Amino acid sequence: MTAEQQESATPQLTALAGNPEAYNYAFLDEVSKREIRRALLKAVAIPGYQVPFGSREMPIARGWGSGGLQVTLATIGPDDTLKVIDQGTDAGVNAVNIRRLVERTAPGVTTTYNTAEATLIQSRHRFPEEPLRDDQIMVLQVPLPEPLRMVEPRESVTRQLHAEADYTRVWVHLYEDVITNGEISRAAGYPVLVNKRYIMSPSPIPRWDIAKLHQSASLTLLGAGREKRIYAVPPYTDVIPLDFEDYPFRVESFVGKHCARCGATDTYLDEIIIDNGERLYACSDTAHCDERLAAHAGGNA
Amino acid sequence: MGYTAVKGGLDAILAAEALISNSTDRLDPSQVERGAQLLVDQVMGEGGLYAPSLAALAIAQAEGDPIEAAFLLRAYRSTLPRLGYTLPADGRRMRVVRRISSTFKDIPGGQLLGRTRDYTQRLLDLDGRIAAKMQANTPAVPTAIDDEWPSFPSVIDMLREEGLVAPASDELTEPADITRDALRFPAPRSARLQALARGETGFIVAVGYSAQRGMGAAHPTIAELRSGELPIQIQHPLTHDPVTLGRIHLTEVEMINHTAGGVGGATIVGGEETPAVQFDLGYGMALGRNERKAIAMSIIDASMNIAGNSGPAADEEFVLSHCDSLESSGFVEHLKLPHYVTFQSALDRVRFRRLAELSKQDKSHSVG
Repeated sequence: MTAEQQESATPQLTALAGNPEAYNYAFLDEVSKREIRRALLKAVAIPGYQVPFGSREMPIARGWGSGGLQVTLATIGPDDTLKVIDQGTDAGVNAVNIRRLVERTAPGVTTTYNTAEATLIQSRHRFPEEPLRDDQIMVLQVPLPEPLRMVEPRESVTRQLHAEADYTRVWVHLYEDVITNGEISRAAGYPVLVNKRYIMSPSPIPRWDIAKLHQSASLTLLGAGREKRIYAVPPYTDVIPLDFEDYPFRVESFVGKHCARCGATDTYLDEIIIDNGERLYACSDTAHCDERLAAHAGGNA
Repeated sequence: MGYTAVKGGLDAILAAEALISNSTDRLDPSQVERGAQLLVDQVMGEGGLYAPSLAALAIAQAEGDPIEAAFLLRAYRSTLPRLGYTLPADGRRMRVVRRISSTFKDIPGGQLLGRTRDYTQRLLDLDGRIAAKMQANTPAVPTAIDDEWPSFPSVIDMLREEGLVAPASDELTEPADITRDALRFPAPRSARLQALARGETGFIVAVGYSAQRGMGAAHPTIAELRSGELPIQIQHPLTHDPVTLGRIHLTEVEMINHTAGGVGGATIVGGEETPAVQFDLGYGMALGRNERKAIAMSIIDASMNIAGNSGPAADEEFVLSHCDSLESSGFVEHLKLPHYVTFQSALDRVRFRRLAELSKQDKSHSVG
């Protein structure tokens, strides 16, 4: 190799290798981000279809939001305002940890607890109570993306069932559930039909939140890191929970209960057992609860 | 009212971090690299990165937890750009420091027991005699590795010449890359071998063992186990000549499977006119000297190669979907995360059903 060739080869290699002393913006290298974005575009184009992707190992554990995190990091930019919630709350340890990681690796990103301020919301198992807008993106962490796993453990088979839209076994399973349990007994992660085509797991959000996916103004992206799948619900898409005419879909009931903090009777509630053994209920969406409390305080002043 | 929501997640995790970082009992990574080589080997294999000093650092940082250490390596690895792929590395070119065959008493090149604990007596060194002896011994001068290193012909090649093992496929298709493309089933063999090579040692050994005990058809014999340094080469981007980047220590196992008749019987090839019976073959490879993993991996590969085989080891989707230590431990341990919302949803279902049953009972009482 001539010295000239060597010279022309060296800078290119250095550029490719990046700076070994520093992490790239938003942790992932640009090639990986591009791959995830391609998977996201495909997912948006085929609502509810699970797109396989080369899920990277992240600095947080598999099963702890590594899929949602990859979607967030491949999507986020310095102009974004990020909200991270875990089981409804911004202050939960895992939400704090993910927010801290994004802040550390993606300088410029603003973070917020306020749902209306956020441009990107990463969440584990909850939608915020207030409706999202078309300039907001919702990222859901997904533990088990395959809704047919309840009737078929093998990916090689479920893939074919989806391809042929052969959902017979799901319907039979739900029917048997009604016969055995008196209703469809699936609690969180209730299966839904997206855009009249694919049965999808909405991630383990409560049934309360399913309506928030239906015809939502916002884009919803779902990332399963350990299972290496990405899928999406584009804005204004039909998301219908599976049910029967005589056994309709039913959300969690909080009849007669209210939030012990803000008094809300129209939110998803966490049940709490306090020191004296008494049961209380409080809003799962703590940011929404805080805002209501602040509004009350303002009104009283 | 009057209830105050629990907050302070950030304070709690910072305090938890401080409990770890304030510990004064951290191992010295260089000590780990020299004194815990087998652990370093295991972590490099499960971490999918050949980097002894980084693995040693990871082990020290992880308080000796191999899964956590492999996790640290993998998370670091995924930030490194993929600059290229090496040329195929042929195990026959290995600078062998240990080599055994269980199929033949003597083999060309001979058996080379090398450094092994296989025939040591497992007595705790309570009186410090072994340690004293080790101190008295002058450290062995590292053997110079040069081109004069003896080469050892492959045992499998000799069986192939006799037609007892199917010839190696000379088809050089581009192998899969499971770090870039998600596994899908049925998986190509290259993806299978990659997944097994990164698999958790304990899981791989247990599944291989299950096949040996009779959960499926596998009666394996080690044709050859070789351990040593293998040169790794890339093609020069301009001259296209092979360039040696360095050497990695690894252990390779070629396993013969010899069940006769029925499922798992030796495969009949050559058509009805000239049936020829051949052994099934399994391949195992582990970074460093992780011999038990390489052996177990070759049993699993052989089990999957046997047409019509059953049992856990032959179940490709079961083994490959569950062998990764980051995935299994991550998901098992995620149960420590809050599940308040999902549990509330489940409570709702159970309470609703109990109410329904109670009202049914009430009705039957009033009728009676």
